[in-house]
Amino acid sequence: MKIAIASGKGGTGKTTISVNLASFLAEDKEVVLVDLDVEEPNSGLFLDAGLIHQENKFKMIPKWHEDACTLCGICQEVCNSNAVIQLDTIIMVFPQLCNSCYACSELCPTGALPMIPEKMGELKHFKNEHLHFVESRLEIGQEHAVPLITQTHKYIDEHFTNDLIQIFDSPPGTSCPVIEATKDADLVILVTEPTPFGLHDLKLAVETMQQLNKKTIVIINRHGIGNDEVFDYCQEENIPVIAKIPNSRLIAEIYSKGELIYPQVPEFRQEMEAIKTFILNFRKEEVR
Amino acid sequence: MKEIVIISGKGGTGKTSLTAAFAYLGGEEVVVADCDVDAADMHLLMQPDFFRSEDFYSGELAWINQDECTQCGKCAEVCRFDAIPVIEGKYIVEPLSCEGCGYCARVCPVDAIINKPLNVGKWYASNIKTGTTMVHARLGIGADNSGKLVTKVKNEAKIIAKKANKDYIIVDGSPGIGCPVVSSLSGAAFVVLVTEPTVSGLHDLERVYKLVKKFNIKAGCIINKADLNLSKTEEIKEFLKSKNINHIASLPYDETFTKAMTHGQTIIEFGKGELQSMITDSWNKIKQIVNLK
Repeated sequence: MKIAIASGKGGTGKTTISVNLASFLAEDKEVVLVDLDVEEPNSGLFLDAGLIHQENKFKMIPKWHEDACTLCGICQEVCNSNAVIQLDTIIMVFPQLCNSCYACSELCPTGALPMIPEKMGELKHFKNEHLHFVESRLEIGQEHAVPLITQTHKYIDEHFTNDLIQIFDSPPGTSCPVIEATKDADLVILVTEPTPFGLHDLKLAVETMQQLNKKTIVIINRHGIGNDEVFDYCQEENIPVIAKIPNSRLIAEIYSKGELIYPQVPEFRQEMEAIKTFILNFRKEEVR
Repeated sequence: MKEIVIISGKGGTGKTSLTAAFAYLGGEEVVVADCDVDAADMHLLMQPDFFRSEDFYSGELAWINQDECTQCGKCAEVCRFDAIPVIEGKYIVEPLSCEGCGYCARVCPVDAIINKPLNVGKWYASNIKTGTTMVHARLGIGADNSGKLVTKVKNEAKIIAKKANKDYIIVDGSPGIGCPVVSSLSGAAFVVLVTEPTVSGLHDLERVYKLVKKFNIKAGCIINKADLNLSKTEEIKEFLKSKNINHIASLPYDETFTKAMTHGQTIIEFGKGELQSMITDSWNKIKQIVNLK
């Protein structure tokens, strides 16, 4: 089953939950954790696993072949992203604007714009006993995270079956990268904090997940700071709050060092137990 | 008029709380632009009146006229985004997958496909409690083109700042290194990087700084929650030194930020203490750097 860990607001604890939950589950289950926050992938900083595979990921962009070009101008006309521009007798390609739709290349009457691969990022696959960890990392300067997320999903589907618990650490926000990261999920866990910013962004995230028709549950992180409005909102909206992670400086300190929290903080471990129970029950229901 | 952009790479480092504090300190000499259009929060502390509100269109979305469609399937064949599935015998555009490239419409032999302008959100201008104007936005759910909306917010802020002869535009950016961040950086006079002394804070700072460097913009850094992990803080300071990034301040781990937020206030309004004077000093330092040369 696929579980996406997401949040509207950044820094609410998505990665903390992802790495701790995945490691905790991996104590007696096969688990794969996937870091889809490709702009700023952090999960790997908290895991001790050996690299077993690595590959570059490419996006396809057009390359101009001057000799074949008749300067008819069709390529520029068909490009909605302004990634292909004709300047006098030169065709310029702006790779960072190209969304790889192939229109310029395939509609060019003389085949003067063949598509060639450009590196957009790197995928790495690590393993430690029961835990597989896959992360993708966007090259600095590449603006579009979505194609890399799509290719990472593909890698997961090719290498793992769906009976495995698959956890996807998703990017923050509610725009295209989040949709791409969560769209195949069986269950979405939204991590929030009980503050006005947390609540505001939680509402956006809930709306997004409703639009995608996703089964959504909430984990409140830093419980005890702020106020009760997040909890009240979840009750009104009938969204189960399956765990409340206490607000604690100790947890923040352990996190800062890049260490796992549940082996060191019993209250945290208890919450992981609660999440595990929920997930296993949910999986049983799904199978039925 | 100078643009000061506040970003962090990692989310949740305190970027918006600090930006709001600077906006409060800047008062009437600044225009505020909330460019974290994906999850805009700063208005929660600013009492905006939304005096202007406009839809924002960017890009297009394909739409298939079923009366004209001959089910030839050419559109689905050329679509690289798998955005045209066959549902109950009909070719239908899946809006969340469509990139608006327009390729399908170009190859449709009977011109049954229309590209419709896409509403990707709303932008607003507001009078706020600090006696100035804030430009902010709300990106539509799942929308693409967040970079374009960021550019729109910045441009509107610039127009307002010019007209009113303001000294600064303060820009709250988004987390990450992708298109909205790239858009928020263009044209900036100075970038403030807000980080925290955690493994992920430093990791993301290094990545986002590489991006800032590509733009050749001068940068300074605030280490928030600095006492959480003193050795990480030292590591960050080393990094700043090696890159010639101005270390503006180290602020303590302090839950007063959250308390102020739950009262709808910036940290500056919420009390008068050591923390407030450190943030005031930071703002003065930023202004000083921006006005150098």
